[in-house]
Amino acid sequence: MIQLENIHRYFQVGEQRIHALNNINLTIKKGEYLSIMGPSGSGKSTLLNVIALLDQPSSGRYRLNNQDVTQLNDEQLAKARRENIGFVFQFFHLIPRYSAAENIEIPLILAGIAAKERKQRVTDALLAVNLQDRAAHRPDQLSGGQTQRVAIARAMIMRPQILLADEPTGNLDSQSGREVIELLENLNQQQVTLVTITHDESLGRRAQRRIRLIDGQIKD
Amino acid sequence: MIFTDTINLAYTAIKTQPVRVLLIILAMSIGIASVTVLTALGESARLYIVNEFEALGTHLVIVLPGRSETTGGHPPLFGETPRDLTLADAEALYRSHNIAAIAPITIGAAPVSTKGLERETTIIGSTSALRQVRHLSLAQGRFLPQTNKALSICVIGQTIKDELFAHQQVLGQWLRISDRRFRVIGVLASEGQSIGVDFDDMVIIPVAAAQTLFNTHSLFRILVEAKSKQGMYKAVDEIREIIKARHEGEDDVTLITQDSVVNAFDDILTALTLTVTSIASISLAVAGILVMNVMWVSVTQRTAEIGLLKALGATKRQILWLFLTEAVMLSVAGALVGLFLGKMTLFVLQTIYPDFPVFLPTWAVFAALFVALLTALIFGVLPARKAASMDPVIALNKK
Ligand SMILES: Nc1ncnc2c1ncn2[C@@H]1O[C@H](COP(=O)(O)OP(=O)(O)OP(=O)(O)O)[C@@H](O)[C@H]1O
Ligand SMILES: [Mg+2]
Repeated sequence: MIQLENIHRYFQVGEQRIHALNNINLTIKKGEYLSIMGPSGSGKSTLLNVIALLDQPSSGRYRLNNQDVTQLNDEQLAKARRENIGFVFQFFHLIPRYSAAENIEIPLILAGIAAKERKQRVTDALLAVNLQDRAAHRPDQLSGGQTQRVAIARAMIMRPQILLADEPTGNLDSQSGREVIELLENLNQQQVTLVTITHDESLGRRAQRRIRLIDGQIKD
Repeated sequence: MIFTDTINLAYTAIKTQPVRVLLIILAMSIGIASVTVLTALGESARLYIVNEFEALGTHLVIVLPGRSETTGGHPPLFGETPRDLTLADAEALYRSHNIAAIAPITIGAAPVSTKGLERETTIIGSTSALRQVRHLSLAQGRFLPQTNKALSICVIGQTIKDELFAHQQVLGQWLRISDRRFRVIGVLASEGQSIGVDFDDMVIIPVAAAQTLFNTHSLFRILVEAKSKQGMYKAVDEIREIIKARHEGEDDVTLITQDSVVNAFDDILTALTLTVTSIASISLAVAGILVMNVMWVSVTQRTAEIGLLKALGATKRQILWLFLTEAVMLSVAGALVGLFLGKMTLFVLQTIYPDFPVFLPTWAVFAALFVALLTALIFGVLPARKAASMDPVIALNKK
C-alpha cells in the first residue's frame, strides 16, 4: 500500500544542507500498525509528512496504492490526500471559530459533498469518538483529550485507509493519551493502516511493527 | 467545493474580524457613495440641460450675421465688414420649403415705465412667429399679430407685470418704452428658470417698431424653425444659398442648429461627469489598497489554518477562491452601504434643490457594484495567491 524507495529529503538552511531523510526504504502493508520512534530531529515528522503527501521528497520513489505519487500536480495531490490519508497532529489544529461538528465537516466540504449527507456522516463520526453531546462546543470548550478525539473524527471522516498520527498524545495527560491511543488502535482493528510517531517507549511497543530513525536513517 | 459552502466559510471567517470588516466597508462605501453621487449629479445636469434645449425645439436653426468659423481661405479684404441681416433677408427665407416659421429678432435695452414706476429691461423686437419658435405660452391676452407693421403694442413678461402693474388689470394699459408708448396686449406665462433668455423680464414688441425704437435696420439674429429634423439640414443649405445670393455672393452668416448646440453640451457634460467620476474613483483605489492590506493580515494570521486546509485536501484553487470570496463579500457589502449612502445624499440634495431633478442612472448602480467587485478581485488576488501557494508543512508549524 505504501512503498518508499531510496527516499531522500534535504533542507537548505542558509549555507547548511540538512539531510533530514537519508535513503529511506519502507513498505507498509494494508492494516498494519507501525510506530516510528527516534530522537528529536531524527526526521520522524519529515517522513510522516512525505507519506502524507504534505511534503515532497528530494529524490526517491513513493508509490501509494501502486501509483507513483511523486509527480502529481496540485489538484491530484489534494485529491489523493483527501481520499487516502487521515492526519492527526500533536497540536490538534482545530479551527477555533468552528464547533466540533463543523471542524469534522471541513474535509467533506472540501470534497464537495452535499450538506445533507455531511450532516449524517458528522453525526456518525461524533458518535464513533463518543462526543455526540459535544457537537456544538468550540475547541476552547473542550478538554485536550476531547479535542484530539474531534481531530481523529475529522481525520477519519473521508474514510481513508491510512491514518497518520504525529505524536498524537504529545500534549495530553496519560489518561486522555491512553484513550486517544485506544481509539486509534480500535480504528486499526477495523483494517485502517495506522502509523504513529511517539517518544513514549511503552506506547511505541504497542505497535506490531516498530522502526527507529536516527539521523534520517532507519535503524531497526 | 459547493459554491454556497465557499460563501459560508468566507462569511464565518469574516465575522471573526469585525474591526477590519468595518474599516473595509467604511472605505469602500465612501468610495462608492462619492462615485455614485457625482455620477448622478453629472448625469442629471446633462439631462437637465439637454432637456431644456430640446424644449426650445429640436429643429431650430439660428442665423447670425458674420462668419464665425474660419474657412481657411484668404483673409477677408481690408475694410470688408459682414453685411447686416435685415428684415428683407428674413422675409426671403420663406422661399425655402423646409421652413415652418421665421422669427427675426432685434434686441436692445431700454427703460420701461408706467405711472411713475420705471425699470430698465430687455426689449425684443420680433414677429408672431416667435411664439411658435420659442414655444412661448401666454398667461393673459394675445401675442403679436401676424403683421409686419410697426404697431405700438407689446407683450410683457411676468416680472415686468409684477413690478409695474402689480395687482392691476394690465391688458390695454399703456407702457412707455424710452419715449414711445405701447399698449399691453398680452402677458407671457412664467417660464421659470430657462436656458438662454429670461422671458419673464422682457418686453416683446413688433420687430419694425423695435427697429425704429433702436434706430437700426439690422437684426440681432433670425430664429428659423424647420418643418422636420430631416428638413433642418436641407433648410440650413437653402438658408445659406438664399442669404449668399442676397449678399452679393458673400457667405457671411453663421448657422447654428439646435442639435449641434445640444450635442456640444452633451459632449462637454459627459466628459465632465467622467472626469469628476474618475477623480472620485481614487477613493475607490484607496479602498482597494485597504482591502489588500486587510486580506494580507488575514492571510498571515491564518497561516496555520491554511496549512490545515491543505492537509485536509484543499487544492490551491479552493484556497485562492476562499480568500477572494472574502475580499469580494467585504467589498460588495461596502458597495451596498455606499449605494445606500449615495442615495441618501441625493435624496437630501433633492430636498434642498427641488427644482433640479437628481436621479441615479441604473447603469451607475451596476457599474458601482461591478467596480467594487473588480477592486476586490484585483487587490485581493495577491494575498489570496500567497495563501494558495503556502507550503502546508511550514504553514502548519507556524504558530
Ligand atoms: N522546513 C524545514 N526547513 C529546514 N529544516 C527543517 C525543516 N523541517 C525539518 N527540518 C530539519 O530536519 C530535521 C528533521 O526534522 P523533523 O521535524 O523531521 O524531526 P523530528 O524527528 O520530527 O523531531 P521531533 O521529535 O523534535 O519532532 C531537523 O534537523 C530539522 O531541523
Ligand atoms: Mg516531529
